[in-house]
Amino acid sequence: MRPFAFVKADTRAEAFRAIGAGSSYLAGGTTLVDLMKLDVMRPDRLVDINALSRDLGQIHAEPGWLRLGALARMSQTENHPVVARDYPVLAQSLSLAASAPLRNMASLGGNVLQRTRCVYFRDTSWDACNKRDPGSGCAALTGGNRKLAILGGSHACIANYPGDFAVALTALGASVTLESAAGRRRIPFEALHRLPGDAPHVETNLAPGEMIVEFAIPAAPWTRRSLYLKVRDRQSYEFALVSAAVALDIEDGAVRDARIGLGGIAAKPWRAREAEAFLKGKPLDEAHARAAAEAALAQAVPQSESGFKPELARATLARALTACAAMEI
Amino acid sequence: MSKDKSKNEHSKNVLTRRGLLSGASGAAAAGYLPLQARAQKAPADADRSAAQVVLNVNGRDHFLTIDPRTTLLDLLRERLDLTGAKKGCDHGQCGACAVHLDGKSALSCLTLAVAAEGQRVTTIEGLAKGSDLHPMQAAFIEHDAFQCGYCTPGQIMSAVACVREGRAGSDESIREYMSGNLCRCGAYPKIVAAIRDAARKTERG
Repeated sequence: MRPFAFVKADTRAEAFRAIGAGSSYLAGGTTLVDLMKLDVMRPDRLVDINALSRDLGQIHAEPGWLRLGALARMSQTENHPVVARDYPVLAQSLSLAASAPLRNMASLGGNVLQRTRCVYFRDTSWDACNKRDPGSGCAALTGGNRKLAILGGSHACIANYPGDFAVALTALGASVTLESAAGRRRIPFEALHRLPGDAPHVETNLAPGEMIVEFAIPAAPWTRRSLYLKVRDRQSYEFALVSAAVALDIEDGAVRDARIGLGGIAAKPWRAREAEAFLKGKPLDEAHARAAAEAALAQAVPQSESGFKPELARATLARALTACAAMEI
Repeated sequence: MSKDKSKNEHSKNVLTRRGLLSGASGAAAAGYLPLQARAQKAPADADRSAAQVVLNVNGRDHFLTIDPRTTLLDLLRERLDLTGAKKGCDHGQCGACAVHLDGKSALSCLTLAVAAEGQRVTTIEGLAKGSDLHPMQAAFIEHDAFQCGYCTPGQIMSAVACVREGRAGSDESIREYMSGNLCRCGAYPKIVAAIRDAARKTERG
């Protein structure tokens, strides 16, 4: 690991003073320390913000919305009784991720910023990775791409966004509050991550020195009838091949509103608006679930090793939708 | 490197496998160090090369000057001579390095020692009370829940947390909770049996 300076911040003001070009905030460290050991991330200064947990580690379940502090831990959030009861898709997206010790360590803010698992990004012995080394090319286009993106990729990068929680946040139309020395702003969570386009090394719209401080999830008629379905190579402790976050508002047998996110297969946490629009006003039977899934995957571009993924994704989403419609709430 | 005095005295009197291994690896390490120092030469400013920390490990405070890059795992093993936590993958994928931070399971290979300051660190060495094994340690022995033993300290630390968090109610729940601890020998069925048994005994109290 390369040398770095280590600073502990006791307040946000201290953190904003300490952060600068080439430096990183440190929360749980489960992504950052791993990638520093691999020499993929090379901060010359770490600003430890864990002491801010007193303030930013809180969960507030209020009548109109759920507010999650960015330093709340994954395990703390999945085990929160109101999150589990009123926002099951969020709780499930967390409990199905990583392992118990990692979920104790990882913060929500760090979790949504986790980096891709694309092997060419993580292994510096490969020269070509536009995300790690802009302009160097993309080894995955003609290499091992079984687990990579079939939605939202570009000629420069087909890395997939690997996380689960962010997919659930995207589906539920969450917002995220960001703060830096320049002030505070709130943006739709969907606007946090960027598509790779020509600049896959720029993954988010965070301004320099900006910190995620809170997620806000509006309580809606569909939040209670929601679930997260994750399909993977092994049953536990594995990233998604495909995942679906679905939330439904059903009345008199017809879908009043649907919220759908897809994970594992896209360059960023993916919202399937075509599928949502298709379902509106229709009964959620198997035929309609299947047709909605067809709409969600219409733009899919399978790579050399991922020809199986559009169909796996359609089947996953259709199953998630019918299971969600059958939930007793 | 300063070692705990009682530990040194202990090593003098008793021939242990650990003592033999550390003696043997000394020669190899001497050849390796200069290479590492060349490759990772620290810049001049002081805050990059040394940090003062106070770490509470198994109920005892340690005052240490460390390179900020030191992981908790390396600090436990190389500086404090607590070699129970094992270095398996060193990337948070195998669970062999699991310890408890403030009573919760955590991976010491992905924890920077400087960031662990202010938390209570518990390692496998801190579970037993004197010569009385922790009920989970006793259950692992009783159920023959290991073969080579390399993953066992991490398995036991996660298992203790599993029972403590109330996740040992069914085999399915135990397997899910323990999925971050890999065992190349494949002792999984016996590990599950040991946890189930220890959970029952702990409940009876």
